[in-house]
Amino acid sequence: MREASLDRLKAFLTLLPSMILVGVFVYGFIGNTIWTSMTDWGGSGALALEPEKNFIGLANYVDLFTGFLGGGFRQDLVNAVYYSVMLLVGAVGLGMFIAILLDQKPKGEDLLRTIFLYPMSLSFIVSGTIWRWLLAPQGGVNVLPTYVGLEPLTFSWLSSQASILVFNWQDILRILLYLVSFVLILIGLFAMRKDTGKAMKRWLVPGIVIGACVWLFGSLIPDAYMMEEEHGFNMATLGIIMATIWQYSGYTMALYLAGFNGISQDLRDAAMLDGASEVGYYRYIAIPMLKPITISAVIILSHISLKMFDLVFAMTGPDNAETGHPALNMYLTTFRANDFAQGAAIAIVLFLVAAMFIVPYLVSQYRQRGRR
Amino acid sequence: MTTKKITPGSIFLYGTLAVLALLFLMPAYMAAVTALKMPGDISLPSAWELPATFNWGSFSEAVELLKPSFINSVILTVCATLGSTVLGSLNGYVFSKWKFKGSEIVFTLFLFGMFIPYQVILIPLFQTLRAMNLYGGLPGLILAHIVYGLPITSLIFRNFYSQIPTALVESARLDGAGFFSIYFRIVFPLSIPGFVVTSLWQFTQIWNEFLWGICLTRHADNPITVGLAQLAGGQAVSWNLPMAGSIMAAVPVLCIYIFLGRYFIRGLLAGSVKE
Repeated sequence: MREASLDRLKAFLTLLPSMILVGVFVYGFIGNTIWTSMTDWGGSGALALEPEKNFIGLANYVDLFTGFLGGGFRQDLVNAVYYSVMLLVGAVGLGMFIAILLDQKPKGEDLLRTIFLYPMSLSFIVSGTIWRWLLAPQGGVNVLPTYVGLEPLTFSWLSSQASILVFNWQDILRILLYLVSFVLILIGLFAMRKDTGKAMKRWLVPGIVIGACVWLFGSLIPDAYMMEEEHGFNMATLGIIMATIWQYSGYTMALYLAGFNGISQDLRDAAMLDGASEVGYYRYIAIPMLKPITISAVIILSHISLKMFDLVFAMTGPDNAETGHPALNMYLTTFRANDFAQGAAIAIVLFLVAAMFIVPYLVSQYRQRGRR
Repeated sequence: MTTKKITPGSIFLYGTLAVLALLFLMPAYMAAVTALKMPGDISLPSAWELPATFNWGSFSEAVELLKPSFINSVILTVCATLGSTVLGSLNGYVFSKWKFKGSEIVFTLFLFGMFIPYQVILIPLFQTLRAMNLYGGLPGLILAHIVYGLPITSLIFRNFYSQIPTALVESARLDGAGFFSIYFRIVFPLSIPGFVVTSLWQFTQIWNEFLWGICLTRHADNPITVGLAQLAGGQAVSWNLPMAGSIMAAVPVLCIYIFLGRYFIRGLLAGSVKE
């Protein structure tokens, strides 16, 4: 008995150094960055050994979200949202599509899998360098149509200034309310199948009421900003999104392929006997069964899209504000402009957005482990 | 299996796969073709054409320019991979076979470290390394990679060790084996595939990393990704050099991927928190 408890102590002591390291380097550092974001640490003295720091509360955040100079940050934030959504749809969709094709066991499956997955092994700097050349205005992708006798494309991939889906930041409150109503209605529609009455009362009716109110009386809601400020999805970001999808759809393909292989052949045969078509099999059986894989793919891809730095850096450099990303902005603010406090504030905003979906995910994983 | 016949379905299948495969290979083709051209032959409209004369000189020039950072990356990657893998193995052993009260919470707290955007720890990391006199050189970067590699390596090893039957460990304990002798005599010999998967994963991640490389090292100690970014930076570059440099920076991981692809994919799947 005594020996057993000695072993338990050894186990704990083995883990202890890592616990301390993670505790300090992850949690301690996050706390430190939060503190830094509430100081005025910056400017020429920022790199001094004993820099002067004064507590200024949330001023840095207020600056980011309302200040004139924070306009670039707000554009980056908008970019990041569009970027994440398009990356998710593109990489999950394309990856799933390729996985379904490969699940038909074509000849040369191994070679094809190797081809689709190799971008994943590359560094973002490598792929960014190559894609920048591919997307050069008068070359690369744009001259491809000339090889089949068509006119070359003239799209300026990484330098376009055009922005679509523009919205005015003054309307942000209205847009958020629309979003709330949309989500409520969506949940309501899903819940309809289980319990119609409850779904109506809890989700659908409130959702429709909120949506209708904003639509009818939207002008009564105060503007969120003093000045008019319009940001939208920049067409220049398209090239970066394409490169990321190219790099990551192989990854989702591998996830789904592993999932498809895990579904027993018996189940598939049974579905076929019952008259399910190929499409029906994936639509009603295979893809719903792989919901956990879809969820982890979404979590991992959104986390990657939030910290996207290298690819943007390599493709458009730090100069093109049109393709900016908060992660890149954080680097430039901190290490090029020496404004450590402002950089820390940007980092914390990024962190909070990431935590919004990672914490629930980890908590549910933790619960699942506990049940077993 | 039904016999394969030429049906509209299979034409669609092979046609789509062929088109997709070409699209995926396009950047690799472009990099190779451009790297092999004479600098004077590179022009935007003819970017896709094969070089008239093969110019291997770009590679030797790129090797010349990137050799220091390549060597830095080798040292960095080998040391950091070794460190984080060994620690991860011990952690995974404790997390799966020596659970204590609260160990699951500790494990979840570990995992969180894997998902944070690294910008959030960058400033204190920079400060701490400077205070420890480790800023600018390889040891600081190695330390960072070991610490932030702990979550993923512990996760992979924990999942790997949970496949080892607990009965095996129990019976060894009844025979009088202690914590370390169980690890060295039973668990460690069984975990060679686990070590391969984890070190390949770590090798790839560390080799490809850029943010810390550019923020935490001085010029002489830059890893290859930073070296390549500097080589490719600026607008008026002759493109054969960056392309040759890209190929050079990609070759080590591509080799791992092509020759040890099975383990690479297992690392990929293990990294997705799938249990």
